[in-house]
Amino acid sequence: MNKATFYGAGFPYRDFGNLPGKLIVLEGTDGVGRSTQVKMLRNWLEEEGYAVSDTGLTRSELTAAGLEAAKSGHTLGPITMSLFYAADFADRLENQIIPALQAGFVVLSDRYFYSVVARDSIRGISSTWSKQLYGIALKPDLILYMKASIPSLVTRLIHGRGLNYWESGMDLHLADNLYDSFVQYQGLILEQFDIMAKEYNFMTIDADPTEDKIFEELKKPILELLHNRLTKGNKPK
Amino acid sequence: MTNSLVPKLREEAQLVLRKNDTKGKLIVVEGIDGSGKSTQIDLLYKWLLRAGYSAYFSEWNSSALVKSTTRTAKKSKSFTPTTFSILHCTDFADRWENSIYPLLKAGVIVLADRYAFTAFARDVARGVDPEWVRNMYSFAIMPDAALYFSVPLDVAVGRITGARSSLKYYEAGMDLGLSDNINESFKLFQGKILNEYDKMVDEFGLTIIDGTKPVKDQQRKVRSIIKKILVGFEGLPNPNKMPISVTNIQAGKPKKGGSK
Repeated sequence: MNKATFYGAGFPYRDFGNLPGKLIVLEGTDGVGRSTQVKMLRNWLEEEGYAVSDTGLTRSELTAAGLEAAKSGHTLGPITMSLFYAADFADRLENQIIPALQAGFVVLSDRYFYSVVARDSIRGISSTWSKQLYGIALKPDLILYMKASIPSLVTRLIHGRGLNYWESGMDLHLADNLYDSFVQYQGLILEQFDIMAKEYNFMTIDADPTEDKIFEELKKPILELLHNRLTKGNKPK
Repeated sequence: MTNSLVPKLREEAQLVLRKNDTKGKLIVVEGIDGSGKSTQIDLLYKWLLRAGYSAYFSEWNSSALVKSTTRTAKKSKSFTPTTFSILHCTDFADRWENSIYPLLKAGVIVLADRYAFTAFARDVARGVDPEWVRNMYSFAIMPDAALYFSVPLDVAVGRITGARSSLKYYEAGMDLGLSDNINESFKLFQGKILNEYDKMVDEFGLTIIDGTKPVKDQQRKVRSIIKKILVGFEGLPNPNKMPISVTNIQAGKPKKGGSK
């Protein structure tokens, strides 16, 4: 990435100049193993000699307390929740991601705004509204979409951290138990991701195989990007 | 200054804020700090309650949940124009979803001290994209009355700097680096906001109230405008002539001296 390119308005009051770093986004549903892969990729890239910064949803100090309170109280409306996520995103973008890119870092983002748009559209938020709101977002250099089938998501979660209220979309009252709700909810999320995969040109990575196999598949496009060999068809729109 | 009593909606404005499709009425006051709008809406609110209407007052930047976040950021001066803008919209959305919209649906007269126009003026003066901020607030409806209290910059600045012991950092627009002197910065920042308001008078058909006139005269004008809006309006009954208090925020008496 050289000159900063945004999906929409960006930050008109600031000129970020050149961004010699690379922004790599890992997207995918809950339980797909993104965080594990981000850790593995980080170690690998650092070994290769790249400076790496990683970031993920809700990690901004500005909004962390508010989002936590909101999740435990369940009193926030969908628009309010959506805007809290947007504030978190904007804060990390301006104060963490862009400065790291200016300094030439490889930034690994565990999810980007696509996840938020997916979860919001299911809750009745207009996707036109969301996409305009995220006109502040920087276009990544690479969007890796880890896609797994629902049975393998369920297997991983039940043998891992378990099914939880939010990841099962229990606030939507789709079903009376975590399992059925999870299956329905993640199905809806997958539909949204499939739409955006085309719109933003995600590179889809099959996330059903083992961790190590997925890791090898993720490394390939990253190497191409870092050696400027990424083909046009794989570049984000 | 024009005397248009009925706001003229232009097509673009309708695209930004949809028409009121509820049983209630929405009345908002706008203007720069020191324009006298809070005094006027307080008088209007009491008058409506005495007349037996169900009325609810909502103040800018008053959602309890968002407040904890904005307080931290204000203290540590860690807002950027964009996060400032989004968090103020979050505050508005929380009030919108939990009180303003459901109360309008129920047939209440909702009074708001500052509305989306404050964000359109202030955030654009801070440098965010005008269309972007308008889109962000597009879930809101166009008020039945949007009263804009117009005062010359010097008058408003005089009222504020005379009455308040010290200006706050963001209130004075110190984050914009307009001047190292807080009073000077305040004045320059308010001037920029005033420009944005002036542009919105036509865009949204804001009704201008001359904020330099005596309080009583302004109130007479305000009441005559609101009376017209309330012709044939039934609304939610208010048998005990009491204010509505919604637990989500501190409802009730508007505080004097404007919003933060």
